[in-house]
Amino acid sequence: MVSKKKIQLGLLVVTGVLMVILLRLVQLQIIDGTMYRQQSENNRLRILSSPAPRGIIYDRNGVALVKNVPFYSVYIMHDPARRVDTAALSSLIGEDRQDIETRLNRKDNSPFVPIRLKQGLSFQEVARIEARRSDFPGLFIQTDVGRSYPFGKTGAHVIGYLGKMTPVQAGSPAFSDLPPETLVGQWGVEALYDKQLRGVAGGRVIEVDALGREHRLVRQEPSVRGKDVVLSIDIRMQQAVEEAFGDKAGALVALKVDTGEVLALESLPSFDPNQFTDGISSADWQKLVEDKRKPMMNRALQSQYPPGSTFKIVTAIAGLEEGVITPDTTVNCTGGISYGKWTFGCWKHEGHGNVDLHKAIRESCDVYFYEVGKRLGIDRIYKYAIALGLGKPTGLNLLKERAGLIPSTEWKRVKRGQDWYLGETFNSSIGQGYVAVTPIQLALMTATVANGGSVLEPTLIKDPKEVRTKSKIDIKSETLRLVKNGLSAVVNEEGGTAKVAESSIVKIGGKTGTAQVVGKTRGLLGERYMDHAWFVALAPVDKPEVALSVFVEHGGHGGSAAAPLAKKAIEAYFADRAALNKETKTGAALPGTKSPGTGRAE
Amino acid sequence: MIHIDRRLIRNFDWITLLVVLFLTIVGIMTIYSATRPAVGMGEQPDFYYKQLVWLGLSVIMLFAMTSFDYIWLYRLSYPMYAIGIMLLLIVLFMGKSTMGAQRWLNMGFFSFQPSEFFRILFIVAFSSYLSNLGSDSRGSIPARGLIVFCVVPLILLVKQPDLGTAILLLALFSTLFISQGISKKIIVVVAIIGLIALPFVGHIVWDGMKDYQKNRLIAFMDPEVDPSGIGYHISQSKITIGSGQFFGKGYLNGTQGPLRFLPEKHTDFIFAVFAEEWGFAGCLVLIGTYFILFLRGLDTAAKAKDQVGRLMAIGITAMFFIYFVVNIGMTLGIMPVVGIPLPFVSYGGTALLSNYIAAGILISIRTRRFELFY
Repeated sequence: MVSKKKIQLGLLVVTGVLMVILLRLVQLQIIDGTMYRQQSENNRLRILSSPAPRGIIYDRNGVALVKNVPFYSVYIMHDPARRVDTAALSSLIGEDRQDIETRLNRKDNSPFVPIRLKQGLSFQEVARIEARRSDFPGLFIQTDVGRSYPFGKTGAHVIGYLGKMTPVQAGSPAFSDLPPETLVGQWGVEALYDKQLRGVAGGRVIEVDALGREHRLVRQEPSVRGKDVVLSIDIRMQQAVEEAFGDKAGALVALKVDTGEVLALESLPSFDPNQFTDGISSADWQKLVEDKRKPMMNRALQSQYPPGSTFKIVTAIAGLEEGVITPDTTVNCTGGISYGKWTFGCWKHEGHGNVDLHKAIRESCDVYFYEVGKRLGIDRIYKYAIALGLGKPTGLNLLKERAGLIPSTEWKRVKRGQDWYLGETFNSSIGQGYVAVTPIQLALMTATVANGGSVLEPTLIKDPKEVRTKSKIDIKSETLRLVKNGLSAVVNEEGGTAKVAESSIVKIGGKTGTAQVVGKTRGLLGERYMDHAWFVALAPVDKPEVALSVFVEHGGHGGSAAAPLAKKAIEAYFADRAALNKETKTGAALPGTKSPGTGRAE
Repeated sequence: MIHIDRRLIRNFDWITLLVVLFLTIVGIMTIYSATRPAVGMGEQPDFYYKQLVWLGLSVIMLFAMTSFDYIWLYRLSYPMYAIGIMLLLIVLFMGKSTMGAQRWLNMGFFSFQPSEFFRILFIVAFSSYLSNLGSDSRGSIPARGLIVFCVVPLILLVKQPDLGTAILLLALFSTLFISQGISKKIIVVVAIIGLIALPFVGHIVWDGMKDYQKNRLIAFMDPEVDPSGIGYHISQSKITIGSGQFFGKGYLNGTQGPLRFLPEKHTDFIFAVFAEEWGFAGCLVLIGTYFILFLRGLDTAAKAKDQVGRLMAIGITAMFFIYFVVNIGMTLGIMPVVGIPLPFVSYGGTALLSNYIAAGILISIRTRRFELFY
């Protein structure tokens, strides 16, 4: 029989079990309710960042140096609780399985921020993935914006490139608000003005189902386009330089003498920034880094060599300003001078005969400048070299510059613990020995001479709001006139060492230089032991606008190797005006002329 | 045979009827919400409408069951049980020769699952058998009864495989046996044999289980190790319920179902959808309603005029209770996943119909509590 007792037992069991269920509900809905509410929000919401279109970089004439190009990427919304068939996924998108698993299992993955599996998909890949998308819940394709560099290697050291954030960058506050897969500037102007170019990424919050299908736009924040940057460089000048260099390694820096704007900054050999935008392969990166010709080194800022005879400009100005010489002071060059048991030769072994300042600059007589150096002493040469902007970084903030070196008696005592010898003064006064400069320093020195003594801080931005004058040196106008005349003679007079640089478009002044390579004196031959060629120039010489320096690694003599490159660069810069002059004469319209601002529309 | 007299109407068990109707209406509302498509994703499927049609049929069956004396059930119980066993056999062999249950589902609007009705036939027949034994049983049953009411149906159901119904059957067998009166000796012997045999039985059972059944068990024991994504279902179910918080997201405002995060949302996991939209407050009402159903069932058993009525009332109440606990325990993540619907609420026509028949029997027993046995 069914007793009352058993019914009561049943009642007890029912009540007890219902209590357990209620307690469990209290735990899920009340104690942990907030957490589960959050998880259900995460479940249904997907946050997609819409990257801001990056600002465009223009050259000074309004030519776009970069383009924003869309590319396709495949992403997955990954719920760690759900198993993904990585083998099938791997064969679908053609990425390594191990690699996919690493990405999916990263600790910092957020359940509602998609993970990028592969970028730069072809149309065929997009079609294939779309067709099989339903097999992989959460898989979807999105358009990202990449960067292309239509000028390739030209100006690459200035323009730079984009790349994925490095782990260090990802952890730094400057990049903290960026979506994880954002490409950021890693080199050149792209890196320097990254924040300005970057803009503000927008976002879309989308309601999705468990299969990752989008149902509703919940919230949208538009992205703010990055600001454009108009550079001071002239891409045509850069192209002319690159073409003129051919296979040679070296650098060219051209400055606008009144503002410090960098008109051209080329370092060769260069690299193709387009390699980096899709994520450079480690093999390609290794190749670039290990290349013996060092394409990743910016020679304009990071290679330092003795300036050779270009330094005679400094010696000449120091001599005139200190009154140790006058324009009429003559020195008899017999091909060299003796000092103690050493002989200091002139490059012209048969000698220049009687030489005054003008001829000494024009024909680059070493003996004349030995004499000037001897009269000045190293410390006065040091004073003028420093005042003209040598021996310290110029302050162009593109990347870490080398400082170069201007020796002095104090420097030698402190650094070497030795006394200064007169023979070293001889070497220094013609830019050999300890003296070392970077191409940009020589360009800045030339610009300082050209503008009458203002050492400006170089800038890559066109029409800078303020021209930053780092220091000023008072040079008598007569001194400047004499030196410029000398520089003009180098190019334009018979016997000048850079007669090859004479131009029909604009009157150029300049000075050649040759940095001796140690091996050569030991009689070694071959390109590796050829001297480095220098040339500094200003144009137009009467009212200078552009100052530049050219450095050709193992180029040989400055007059033959470097001067023609300077001429081509300067002519490229003045080409418009030359054509314009012609136009005013002929009245013909000029095709292909760009005024600043054209070509800026996307 | 059919009496419709005033006493019957006066004594009619309106409370049980209202309780099951309330649960079914809640169920249909929740089915509607659970299957509603996400914004812009097609039209409302007609699950809720089908369930409404089934409800109509079920209510008719309920009244039919209450309209005649359950003594007829007692009298016809053995032949009906025999038919039930036959049906299970047919499912077993037909299923094998015709690519399983797929054929049954494709037979149109009416999808017939014999095991849904078999559980009622079992309760009726076993109750009749036990009451026939009367006090002669002295706490045990003959081996014949054990084979007919335990061994044979269990084998058929495990073979099918319908683990859910098999477990229910075992539980009902024990419940009814205990209710009838079981000697302490048997309890002790079964306990000792059980303890000794457990490792062997466990091994045999484990080997006999299908892979998906093993996976469910593994996922329940350790959701981290999840060979098939069952752990995903459980965790989504917990998220769905928990996210309802105290007051719920509001009717038709749940997101887990329409966005397909929750599997089996309108069948096995319907409680989760309800809890998401109505919150803890709604769950209190729903569980309270079930509590009334169980209390009423036990009270009916206590007040039944005869032993067979008492046993049937206990069996039916126990069946509702076991389904309720296993289903809600599963959605709450405190019991393994067994594909058992929530009685009266989950979508499923055959189950609804058989539950209404069971409720009809319950009401019939209560309504006739004062009648004399003849």
